[in-house]
Amino acid sequence: MPKLITGVGCPYCGSSCDDIECLVSDDGKKILETRNACVIGNEIFHHVSSPDRPTKPRMRQADGSMKEVSYDEAVDFTAKALIKAKKPLIYGFGSTNCEGMSAVARVAERAGAVLDNCASICHGPSFLAIFDNGYPSCTLGEVKNRADVVVFWGCNPMHAHPRHTSRYSIFPRGFFTTKGQMQRTIISIDPRETDTAKLADYHFMLNQGHDYELFDAFRTVLRGHDIPAEVAGCKREMIIEAAEKMRNARFVMIFFGMGCTHTDGRNHNVDIAISLTRDLNTHTKSSIMAMRGHYNIAGPGQVWSWQFGFPYCIDLSKGTRAHMNPGETSSVDLAMRDEVDCFVNVGTDAGAHWPIAAIKHVKKHPFIAVDPNICMASEISDLHVPVRVVGVEEAGVVYRMDNVPIQFKKVIDGPEGVPSDEEFFDRVYTRMCELTQTEPMWIPAKGHAKASSTSEH
Amino acid sequence: MAEILIKNGFVIDPSRKINGDVMDIAIKDDKIVDKVGSGAKVIDAKGKVVMAGAVDVHAHVAGPKVNAGRLMRPEDKLFKSPDAQEHYRMEMGFSIPSTFKTGYDYARMGYAFVMEAAMPPLHSPHVHEEIHDTPIIDEAALPVFANNWFVMEYLKNNEIENAAAYVAWIINATKGYGIKLVNPGGTAAWAWGLNCLGINDPVPYYDITPAEIITGLIKTNEYLGLPHSVHIHQNSLGDPGNYTVTLDSLKLAEGVKAKNKFGRDTVMHSTHIQFHSYGGDSWANFESKAKEVMDYVNSQKNITVDLGCVTLDETTTMTADGPFEHHLNNLNHLKWANVDVELETAAGVVPYVYDKNIKVCGIQWAIGLELGLYAKDPMRTFITTDHPNAGPFIRYPRIIKWLMSQKAREATLASFKYTDKVIDATNIHGIDRELTLYEVAQMTRNGPAKSLGLSHMYGGLGAGLDANVGVFNLDPKNMPSDPEMIEKALLRAAWFIKSGQIVVKDGEITNHGNKRTVWVNAKVKENPQVMRDINEKFLKNYTVAIGNYPVWDSLAPNPLVIDIDVEA
Repeated sequence: MPKLITGVGCPYCGSSCDDIECLVSDDGKKILETRNACVIGNEIFHHVSSPDRPTKPRMRQADGSMKEVSYDEAVDFTAKALIKAKKPLIYGFGSTNCEGMSAVARVAERAGAVLDNCASICHGPSFLAIFDNGYPSCTLGEVKNRADVVVFWGCNPMHAHPRHTSRYSIFPRGFFTTKGQMQRTIISIDPRETDTAKLADYHFMLNQGHDYELFDAFRTVLRGHDIPAEVAGCKREMIIEAAEKMRNARFVMIFFGMGCTHTDGRNHNVDIAISLTRDLNTHTKSSIMAMRGHYNIAGPGQVWSWQFGFPYCIDLSKGTRAHMNPGETSSVDLAMRDEVDCFVNVGTDAGAHWPIAAIKHVKKHPFIAVDPNICMASEISDLHVPVRVVGVEEAGVVYRMDNVPIQFKKVIDGPEGVPSDEEFFDRVYTRMCELTQTEPMWIPAKGHAKASSTSEH
Repeated sequence: MAEILIKNGFVIDPSRKINGDVMDIAIKDDKIVDKVGSGAKVIDAKGKVVMAGAVDVHAHVAGPKVNAGRLMRPEDKLFKSPDAQEHYRMEMGFSIPSTFKTGYDYARMGYAFVMEAAMPPLHSPHVHEEIHDTPIIDEAALPVFANNWFVMEYLKNNEIENAAAYVAWIINATKGYGIKLVNPGGTAAWAWGLNCLGINDPVPYYDITPAEIITGLIKTNEYLGLPHSVHIHQNSLGDPGNYTVTLDSLKLAEGVKAKNKFGRDTVMHSTHIQFHSYGGDSWANFESKAKEVMDYVNSQKNITVDLGCVTLDETTTMTADGPFEHHLNNLNHLKWANVDVELETAAGVVPYVYDKNIKVCGIQWAIGLELGLYAKDPMRTFITTDHPNAGPFIRYPRIIKWLMSQKAREATLASFKYTDKVIDATNIHGIDRELTLYEVAQMTRNGPAKSLGLSHMYGGLGAGLDANVGVFNLDPKNMPSDPEMIEKALLRAAWFIKSGQIVVKDGEITNHGNKRTVWVNAKVKENPQVMRDINEKFLKNYTVAIGNYPVWDSLAPNPLVIDIDVEA
């Protein structure tokens, strides 16, 4: 009999839905059916059983071809490359678990590497704003149970976070929001008429790149001052009306996305969004949240903050202290200045997401991709190491976009012999210690780890 | 592990009323024993003081708000982080140190156990991930309850048995230790941007008062017979004139008897009482009410307190008292983080500079110390800074210096910009009491261990207790005339043995130790109504699945579980 596993976490977007149900074959090796997931999530669960999936590391040969090698060889190659490099860069982590991030942090500290995550090219500007202005936020359940005005600024969850609106932000009926969507005023701020904008009660189709002015206009109105007839291409009357909606709301929620962080103004847009939230809290209750992209991209920000005090762009090359200075220690900037002499891509696809010029620079040096799948990074790499898929074949803690930790369970066994990110990097660490004849340093004693994470409680 | 003999030290062990006698302490494996064989490793403690591993009853060292502070404050690392010890992990941060630095620094000060003071249940896997990454020291965490929808609902109807079943479910699910209350009702009100400043202010929507929540949770705690009493951060924290609210809340414990099998005879722990001992009605006439509060605490045998001393540093305030952090942010206009947690609680984080040149900060500093000096029973008064709220935990030795030396206090007082105004508003000038090392050992070891119901493991040096032993470069018979030497000696132990392993030598870490996570496994009678309520709330109002809520065993790989069976 196939077995139905419930409460499964979805390893796709920052909504980190954990209500997926998977029908698993008798032998526990194949997912026959998924329920509740969005189309993209559904695809991830089925993709793991794809016959094209790599299950052996592949190493680039002198003639440019890729040849399958053993995991021992892959571990050895990675360890030696990291030891040899003066300033290796380990980047990625949107799609792995916190256990993996912790294992990589140990390796990075040992290697004197720079440790960075996809926030560097995504919500990095949000971090800069948070450093300056704080982050008055909440968990997504607060939005579901209380929010009656929801603002989507520069984000389009209907496409990027398909179940966000039904689980948390627009449609759900919560404790104090028993009428669901009927009880919520939705405000979309986007230069395009997105599918989220189409759902909104107010759509501000602002001039692209003029977000800061529009935020400023809202603040000005809320503070009782006059604004020009038109701001950022939006009419004064509509701005005043929406500002009044916010002021009179019981709970205003502001979600913001790449439309704030990657348009003119960048961190300044987020900074003023936070200031708007602070202002609103003098009138009513208000919270703000970054629409984080991947299911565990909030994870490295958490894990590395408790280990090094910084969420991203962490330069460990001094050996004695961590150093963070985005612009100096951020991945793309390091690559563009050609300061990196070894590149390890983990659980993301720098090949697809980085500027080509930056990739060309890191490609001059050993380039290692650790990823369950074939991706652009894996295809240009010198070594591709396939690993188990977190949330499907590997359990682990992940942080949802609201920084709520969710314990993702394992659904099926991974391909035989394929390690998790954590296991692979622990082996790399052990090998680095062997090669340099130093004592490995585990906290706490190894062997306890993950003893029962796959069992259900 | 093997045998260790700590020879000829001046032993201070209030658990056995030993005050500076020259004795040997024998260790076999992870326990203290009466004697060891001749092959034991000998540590020469001649001329040094030997005390049990210290116990911190209240610090914010792991979890979402601590990490929010780390994340949002890169400046807390800049020029403030020491170089890593060779072969050990990097140590970043000052007021909110990394988990590695937290473990190392506590061990260097001879601390064996630290209580994480506020765990939002929904975030408990995060708390345990951080505890997992904090080396050496044993830790436990207190889940917060006083603004929880279930708790307010049950207590409104006076359903103690149901409240107890729910509390037990949460403590088990979160691998928690006891019952923490933070701004009862006020944090729930904060979800709508409001607050409860007095104990009789009704909580919006829930139709219950803070006083009823406090009383109900005390009853729940004693019904369950948990090792620790309720641990309360009262309403109206940090407001001028709040000492009356404090006294009103403390009075709720009058006549209540402790019921447990852990040797605890108190029913309420009132935390960081410094923040709750304020007089005046504005910052202009702000003054100390330490004497009034401590007189009451002295008279009531069933209350313990910790001080929450201001250390005059730039630090990071963080508390589940969400409305307070918003209020504080309106005072200092620095950055502000907030996390409201669905159905359960909230938290806020704001950086703060306790500046010697500000009158109010000087008065706060004096109040914390006055409370320690007015305390008649050091077994019920513990030294803390509410780390990192009033200052970082690495200042404990500095507070001990101030408490042990009038000279040190007067020197600090004299260095203020508004010395005279601080003297006018406080009683610190002229208090000539100087605590003894014996009293300090009671306030940092024996006392907190007893209050936590852990005196069978921590806080003493009797045979059978855990082998947590600190050796410090202090001679109690001949204390240094320079008070700075007290701070120096206590900041970096000469030796610290944790669970039978030498983890510190000459103030440097020598071993990652054998860190344990302490949690309570409370068994109660099956309660179908409470389970139905829990399931329903997870279906309708939570955004996580109930099956993914309980903390995995793998996050606490080295557990020390305290079993409680209420039916038995």
